[in-house]
Amino acid sequence: MSHIRIENLSVQFGDHQALRDVSIDVKRHAVTAIIGPSGCGKSTLIRSINRMHDTIPTSAVSGKIFLDGEDVLKMSDVTALRRRVGMVFQRPNPFPTMSIYDNVAAGLRLNGKQNRREMEERVVKSITQAALWNEVKDRLHKSPMSLSGGQQQRLCIARALAVQPEVLLLDEPCSALDPIATARVEELIDELKSRFTIVMVTHNMQQAARTSQYTAFMYMGQLIEYGNTTELFTKPKVQQTEDYITGRFG
Amino acid sequence: MKTSLRRRLSNRLFLLATVGCALVALIPLFLILGRLVQDGMQSLNWAFLTQMPAPVGEVGGGMANAIMGTGMIVGMAMLIGIPLGIGGGIYLSEYGRGQLAFWLRYLSDLLAGTPSIVIGIFVYVLIVVPTKHFSALAGSVALGIMMVPTITRTTEEMLKMVPRDLREASLALGISQWRTILSIVLAAGSSGIITGILLSISRVAGETAPLLFTAFGNRFWNTDVSQPTAALPLQIFAYAISPYDDWQSQAWAGALLLIMLVLCLNVTARFIRRGH
Repeated sequence: MSHIRIENLSVQFGDHQALRDVSIDVKRHAVTAIIGPSGCGKSTLIRSINRMHDTIPTSAVSGKIFLDGEDVLKMSDVTALRRRVGMVFQRPNPFPTMSIYDNVAAGLRLNGKQNRREMEERVVKSITQAALWNEVKDRLHKSPMSLSGGQQQRLCIARALAVQPEVLLLDEPCSALDPIATARVEELIDELKSRFTIVMVTHNMQQAARTSQYTAFMYMGQLIEYGNTTELFTKPKVQQTEDYITGRFG
Repeated sequence: MKTSLRRRLSNRLFLLATVGCALVALIPLFLILGRLVQDGMQSLNWAFLTQMPAPVGEVGGGMANAIMGTGMIVGMAMLIGIPLGIGGGIYLSEYGRGQLAFWLRYLSDLLAGTPSIVIGIFVYVLIVVPTKHFSALAGSVALGIMMVPTITRTTEEMLKMVPRDLREASLALGISQWRTILSIVLAAGSSGIITGILLSISRVAGETAPLLFTAFGNRFWNTDVSQPTAALPLQIFAYAISPYDDWQSQAWAGALLLIMLVLCLNVTARFIRRGH
């Protein structure tokens, strides 16, 4: 059953057409990977889902994005949408002026949630969910900048989880991490998919094959092929997809 | 061979010339400091800091009223200059596009270059004439206006240096734009902004011209903001041009005190910057 349904989505920045007529159904509680060469519109696609393009004055978005049947692009309260659709970015970006604890609490605190006990429970739960608890439990009030890159990225995941989203958008979450940190994050993604709908952009095809159930291949702002990950990687229907996954281009 | 010798020679020559210029530029600074310490130290004592000016003809007394006045005037100037400056800086960095931002930036630079006496006259017309009173408040408004452009531009520069990543991380958590600016962006740029504020305070603390028509000066203790009020630079000016040796010596002490204050603020600012 689909959680997010995107219909004829086009995105333009100035005169640059970044996304052209993309339609895709994202399944609930599964990992959907989006692959394709750099500049193909992968990030543009997922950033449409939580309306990050709103911050760019030259952007123009058309089409429909349904989140449980409700058109995201017509929602009046974008902050409410973003609390339902969390996002983790390419480079770990914890808030440098806040402690580890405050980073995770930020989404709750700055949204006006004040009950201390409730907040503490939520913070601990989120850090645990992000498989980071044992590593940070003794230094919750220290700066996050002392953590390793992989830990920082899991902290960012914990921070996103704390606001209790339904969807997690991951924009190349492992591209700045070493293989060991990457493995831990992938493990974590695998655990999280039972509770969250995950859409992950990656330029690493092996990662898509390892972690996702569905894969979309994009090229030049268009969706070329979308389907079951195993099928897409073993029996691609479109020649372009085959060329890309076999390494003939890209 | 010949060219290389010539190059080395001219290189030496220019290096020497620039070092020479740098040293010459430093000479006045050290002369001023040396003279201030030499002439100011003898009168800079506890009585100078805590006592009121002595009546004409009597030896002794201090500048307690002027120290208090400077504190009061600069304090109120901060209340005016800091919020306006930071607000303007936030606007320019976060929202500033198009005509309004262009003119704001342009006028802010213009204001930064406006002679301080002009600002003094402006405030005289704006506040002193209608209220029929020289006052500490008028002095604060003049100094506050002078602080605004510096703080605005530092705030803008500092906020622009905050990476886009951080703003996006915050927005993606469903935090509204104004909360993001106040709690995330401003916090990330805070050390630079505080530095800018301290530097602007140290700049206006020593201003005399804008206070001449506004705070005016006062030989008595005054904490009423609607009354003429003493300030260190004004008192230094009045004492320095007086014919009495004792007063002149006190003017040196006042100048030393002022420059120590400015130095402290500068060192603090530098310290905060480095600590970041």
